[in-house]
Amino acid sequence: MEITSRDLLTVMHGMGFGALFMLAFSGALVELYRVSTPGPTGNGASGDHRLLRIYLAVMVVLAWLTVLSGAYLIYPWYRATPPIGVSDLSGFPRALLLSNPRTSGWHSLGMEWKEHVSWFAPIAMTMVAYVVLTYGREITQHRQLRFAVLLFAILAFVATGVAGIFGAFLNKVAPVHGGSTITLLQSER
Amino acid sequence: MSAPPSGADLSSASAIPNGPGAAAILAAGIGSATLGILALAGDASPAFNKMLIFYGPTGALSGVTSIAVVVWLAAWFLLFRLWGKRAVNLRRVNLLAFSLLAIAFLLTFPPAMDFLKGKS
Repeated sequence: MEITSRDLLTVMHGMGFGALFMLAFSGALVELYRVSTPGPTGNGASGDHRLLRIYLAVMVVLAWLTVLSGAYLIYPWYRATPPIGVSDLSGFPRALLLSNPRTSGWHSLGMEWKEHVSWFAPIAMTMVAYVVLTYGREITQHRQLRFAVLLFAILAFVATGVAGIFGAFLNKVAPVHGGSTITLLQSER
Repeated sequence: MSAPPSGADLSSASAIPNGPGAAAILAAGIGSATLGILALAGDASPAFNKMLIFYGPTGALSGVTSIAVVVWLAAWFLLFRLWGKRAVNLRRVNLLAFSLLAIAFLLTFPPAMDFLKGKS
């Protein structure tokens, strides 16, 4: 069982960091809504708030790891220019997509949008985590603050969704391949 | 934003004023909008696009995102210095931050970019 180094790093970027970050939104949004709701449900125990702080801090780390690995590890392989005379474009995903009008939209809409919109998520979630960490249980005293935190978290989720969906499709239509081969499991046969 | 009208969220019952939170919220909006504006400018002007190439393999995306992150952090630092110990009109700050974020989303959406460049 083998995988190339580029395939492995793409999986780490998309599934290891990105998908985990996106999955974490379900818990974060529910918990942020809970602390945003006035009344008894909004006044959670200090243990709950500590857990939310840790949870959001981990999300921030995942968000930054996702965009940084995407922009500085995966994207250069995606946008690499093929040498003159090369007819097999399978190692050059962007050039491969743009070579056919039926697939060019995956780059001109999908990647062009994904590469920028994804960066809103770490910026927004860093703000959300900072506010929750700074105010703790006192956030229940600040209605407008709670509203902003919740709305920014929802928009970060939307941005992550756009980036994640296009990332999955792009990797299906024109995957990043190449690099050294890594043997994960030796076959007995 | 320092003279809140009646009905503003001043949160006087809280020990921590809303200023630090407001600074973080508005800075996030400013950073996002900067990213959107730079993405559009880089797409519209080949000369500007070249200037945004901080790291060759990543292309202009490296400059767009690096500048946006620096602007975001600088705005956060300055706003925190300004509002760190004060209560501000958070409703207005939120409205401005959400507007900036909406602009940011719009400017990064390729069909909107093409429309603004007069391409479509």
